[in-house]
Amino acid sequence: SGLNHYAISLQEDLNKKMLDGLLEFVKKSAASFWCRDDDWMSRMRASEIPTAALVLGVNMPDHTITFESMTELLHDSLTPFVASVQAKECTAMKQLMQKVLQRLMGTNVMVDEDEAEADLGFHTRDCPQKRVNCSLSALCDWYQSATKKSPVKSPRKRLSSSQSEFLQSPPVVVIFRDLEAFSPQVLQDFILVCSQYVHQLPLVFIFGIATSPSTIQRMLPHSVSSLLCIELFQSLSCTQHLATIIDKLFLTSKFHFKFSAKVLQVLVGIFLYHDFSVCNFIKGLQLSLLEHFHSQPLSVLCCHKQEALVHAQQLNDRDVERIQQLPSFMRYVEEQVPEEQVQLLTSSEHVKGVCQKLLKSLHKYHKNFYPALRCLHVLTSILPKYPLGKQIRELYVLCLEKKVWETQEYDSAMQLIRMLAKDELVTCLQKCVEILTFCKSKKLKKYTLYASTIKCINHLHHPYSSFNYSFQTLLEMKECRRTRRKTPYEILRNAVVDYIDNLVKTHLYPPESQPLYEVWYYSSSGTVRRHLNATPRTSIQTALSHPYCYLQNDSGIISSAAPDICIIYKLHLECGRLINLYDWLEAYATVATAAEGKDPSAIEGGKVDELKHARFIRAVSELEFLGFVKSTKQKTDHVARLTWGGC
Amino acid sequence: MSPAKRAAEVSGLYVRFVGDAEVLEHIVERREGAKVPKGSVQKLLALKEDQGPQECEGSVGEQDYLDALGTGATAGEEDGGGGGGGSSGPGGSAVFTFQTAKRSHKMAQMASEMARAPGRTVTFCSPGSPEAAGSPSRGSRGAAGETRTPPKVRPTGGRGRDVRSPAGESWASRLNSFLPQGRKVRFVSSTPHRLRKRLAAPNLRSESDSDLSPSHSEDEEDDDEEEREEKEELREAELTTPSKVAAAALYRTPAKKPKKGLEPSLVEEYFTAHASSKVTTSDRTLQKLQTPKLDQETLARLLDGKPSSYADEINQLNKEHEKFFSKWMLQLQLGFNVLLYGLGSKKPLLERFRTSRLLGVTHLVVNGFFPSITLKSILNSITVEVLEHQGSFRSPVEQMDFIMKSLRQDPSLQVYLVIHNIDGPMLRSEKTQQALGQLASLTNVHVLASIDHINAPLVWDQAKLSLFNWLWYETTTYLPYAEETSYENSLLVQQSGALALSSLTHVLRSLTPNARGIFRLLAEFQLESRDNPSYSGLSFQEFYQRCREAFLVNSDVTLRTQLTEFRDHKLIRTKKGADSVEYLLIPVDPATLTDFLEKEDAQ
Repeated sequence: SGLNHYAISLQEDLNKKMLDGLLEFVKKSAASFWCRDDDWMSRMRASEIPTAALVLGVNMPDHTITFESMTELLHDSLTPFVASVQAKECTAMKQLMQKVLQRLMGTNVMVDEDEAEADLGFHTRDCPQKRVNCSLSALCDWYQSATKKSPVKSPRKRLSSSQSEFLQSPPVVVIFRDLEAFSPQVLQDFILVCSQYVHQLPLVFIFGIATSPSTIQRMLPHSVSSLLCIELFQSLSCTQHLATIIDKLFLTSKFHFKFSAKVLQVLVGIFLYHDFSVCNFIKGLQLSLLEHFHSQPLSVLCCHKQEALVHAQQLNDRDVERIQQLPSFMRYVEEQVPEEQVQLLTSSEHVKGVCQKLLKSLHKYHKNFYPALRCLHVLTSILPKYPLGKQIRELYVLCLEKKVWETQEYDSAMQLIRMLAKDELVTCLQKCVEILTFCKSKKLKKYTLYASTIKCINHLHHPYSSFNYSFQTLLEMKECRRTRRKTPYEILRNAVVDYIDNLVKTHLYPPESQPLYEVWYYSSSGTVRRHLNATPRTSIQTALSHPYCYLQNDSGIISSAAPDICIIYKLHLECGRLINLYDWLEAYATVATAAEGKDPSAIEGGKVDELKHARFIRAVSELEFLGFVKSTKQKTDHVARLTWGGC
Repeated sequence: MSPAKRAAEVSGLYVRFVGDAEVLEHIVERREGAKVPKGSVQKLLALKEDQGPQECEGSVGEQDYLDALGTGATAGEEDGGGGGGGSSGPGGSAVFTFQTAKRSHKMAQMASEMARAPGRTVTFCSPGSPEAAGSPSRGSRGAAGETRTPPKVRPTGGRGRDVRSPAGESWASRLNSFLPQGRKVRFVSSTPHRLRKRLAAPNLRSESDSDLSPSHSEDEEDDDEEEREEKEELREAELTTPSKVAAAALYRTPAKKPKKGLEPSLVEEYFTAHASSKVTTSDRTLQKLQTPKLDQETLARLLDGKPSSYADEINQLNKEHEKFFSKWMLQLQLGFNVLLYGLGSKKPLLERFRTSRLLGVTHLVVNGFFPSITLKSILNSITVEVLEHQGSFRSPVEQMDFIMKSLRQDPSLQVYLVIHNIDGPMLRSEKTQQALGQLASLTNVHVLASIDHINAPLVWDQAKLSLFNWLWYETTTYLPYAEETSYENSLLVQQSGALALSSLTHVLRSLTPNARGIFRLLAEFQLESRDNPSYSGLSFQEFYQRCREAFLVNSDVTLRTQLTEFRDHKLIRTKKGADSVEYLLIPVDPATLTDFLEKEDAQ
């Protein structure tokens, strides 16, 4: 439906934004990298191979995008000769060589297939097929001819991509995506061979490193690493990356979809404690978006203000009913005078009107919320021990959860701010002013007023600063402290703190307090966690040991017998590492007979009814299938347990 | 400032010490807010989440997760600690408890206990609680331990009910959670045993020893017994009369610290249980059964059409899952892949999904549980059936490249892959999963898969997970794994032999008469020595001798060639003996072999 479509488009929008951010980052690193490269070009004649070591962090899957866009970027702006190899496709020297050559020459064929038939084609066609030709000397020959041809094709290239002209001899870039996974021997050999050709071939290596730069030293002996001229590049850490994403997507009133504190905590928790993967975080975001727009019909109202107002006007009766049932709306109704309450509960037109009003106030609330949050963060993030968290997301979660000013941490933070030195406070306040001027809200007037006060502070301070520093002795310090309480700075500082306090108390109300907040906020953290960070084994074991959690009929009565597999599982929990099948079967038969309401003592040893036998067999093979037991040769008619204890 | 420090600052990294408590807090969110009324309702609510009000769903989900993950902090407590009868939720500690100790015959005992109280709640009093300690053991035995009085326990007859083993506390508590509400029966679990042991320990033990076959030296067993006894005694000492304290003191070795019965160290227990390779189980085998081994067909016939006791509930559960269909479809189209987990066969569910949603579109069903499925067969069906490509490929890599390329070129072609048991034994290999992951990462390939094995998630590492882009769905169905397990070579299922026999005759028929004679010779020898339990096969030299005598071969080279052929067809197996002599064996059971020889004779 239109709703889904909307969700998709919003998702795409968000994704694009994030991808752009990423691309920007890559561009930056690439740019700095290529600045370097100019230096390297001058060193080309030396026998060292210029090498860029990119330290990218431990989450390998995230790197794929980085490498892809990097390759694209290099290809577009600098050189047509880029080959990217992964460890798993190059287990031996031969394969590595083959891949490198294939990629270098192959890409070229793609570019000018039509015109380069004559001499280029013969190399490119033959090389990948005839492995005999897979040598660096063949590559050199090919490179010579390719660069000779390059003046011919450069105009065409320029037309197509409007890039600055490629250098006279564009470098040949080989990217090793996951350096750690390469076999050291292969790498050493490759580098040794390449170093022999460095005079004819402007090679450049890029190492993708997940752990630390010392890996290179560990993998390559000195004799080999001395052939490389290594430059280190550190990518943005993934936590910073995450912080940017949260900052750009959540701490802004531009996007209306929000997480509740729990959901954000779950996703950040998965990030910090499981995978450090920004991609997964984004996936979580996509999922919650999807869930929100799929499961909350009122999410039509989660869009831009004008649109939302139009949507609110078009709400049908069912939607109005849904609004009336929202807990936040109900709270709102309770606060109204009785006549208004009646109106709100009966007239759908009235509800629509109020709804529009509430939506407006929701927008306004968010417009004020984030600047206030940022100001508070600026002030508290410099405090010792970070009482309100070092990262803005911590403060954000705190503010989402409850009234932040009621927490103990807030009190201590305020106390600490009251003790800030002048220059620290002034820098912070200046930052605050920047933030506030940046977000052009209606409050701005108020703030400019305030900013002038801050200017005052600046003025007032100059004489006192000299005063403070001139007296150094202890006695004087004491006296100074006493007098300082009365200094204009003190008074102003208190005023500032009071103002901030006031700001927080007026604007940092938790969103739950806002009527209709459910429309914007996605709060089902359980769903997110279940879908992203599932625990299949726990689920199976719960199902086995507590079947009634799943199996319930409408009447709420639980029949006495458990499913066969549960009985079998229970019995097997009591065993050691080996289980005697015969005993197991007997035990099962006893239970099953009793479950049927017969006297279990009626069965004689060795006489098990066929059906029970069959059911037992099925249950045991199911347990085997699930991986709880396996057959063993240690003893006849025994199976081995594969789990310990209850788990 | 040290260079390292500077580097750290430049990159903006920071390291913070994270205490255990903090980590725990992150992993296990503390229960907060309105507590969902404890009880079995919660799980159902979680499944019904679509209808319930949003807020409720959240809190229930949370609770649910909590319960499922386990309240890590309290994992140490005994699972029966709740004691509130069968209604307590599936607390994590209940799901993940360690066995209290390994005991023989515990199973039988538990069975008898379960049998005795079906549908009744058993309130368990932990031995540490004052109530239990104070309650007179005899009285409580009267309530629950009727069948466990010594005369009934001792005989060799009613094996299903014998309770010879030292009783543990844990089973009772587990039973607690197992049996739903009903009539309440209270008992002190350890009492009968203690009593029995005191009364009849020597006598009883000599009997049980005859039935137990330790796979290790007797001494160890005795030590073990003694240790166990000692523990029991210690526990007794804590609970009961002073006279027994004296007795316990005799047993106690000075070095051993009295174990607090309630909180044994889990780690220690694990290592005590796994330290030695000895395993004590009874020697009885299935041969004692009067009912013969069942074959696959009988099994199917017996189970077919027998409704389970929970048919209604299971149906209802599955109906709940069907509500997800449209959501799955949407999520699949949006680039996620859906993974189902949970107890019970998910094949019928996926089949229903397929028939209701995928009929109009290109889709491929992969039965991952099938024992002979290969990556090649999957890729082949994609290239041949989906892409309608009639060429062959040199390697799977090439084929993958081709598939990826052609699917990328044609974004309008949407392919749905339904994989039953993506964790199937044949699909577990790294390469297969990598290939499937690459397929799944294509925008126009949508994967819907199921897993069943408890360790299935270990198949994927971080890189593969990102390729698959799974959304996990818990779909506990409780349906029998009928098809999935039918391929398994279960110990219990009598291999009908029909297959083996037909393959034997088939292969043999295509051989020369001499070769047939050679095989026959081996088969006859094997049948002759079927009663010899230590028979490990016919040695090659002897076999050669016999074959020569029967004028079947003229050199050992001929014989070896012939044997290679047999081996290739899996007709025989060779084994190196202790004296490094090759022994030949036909891996077919005697009955089939007799059948085969009879058939051969008839011809």
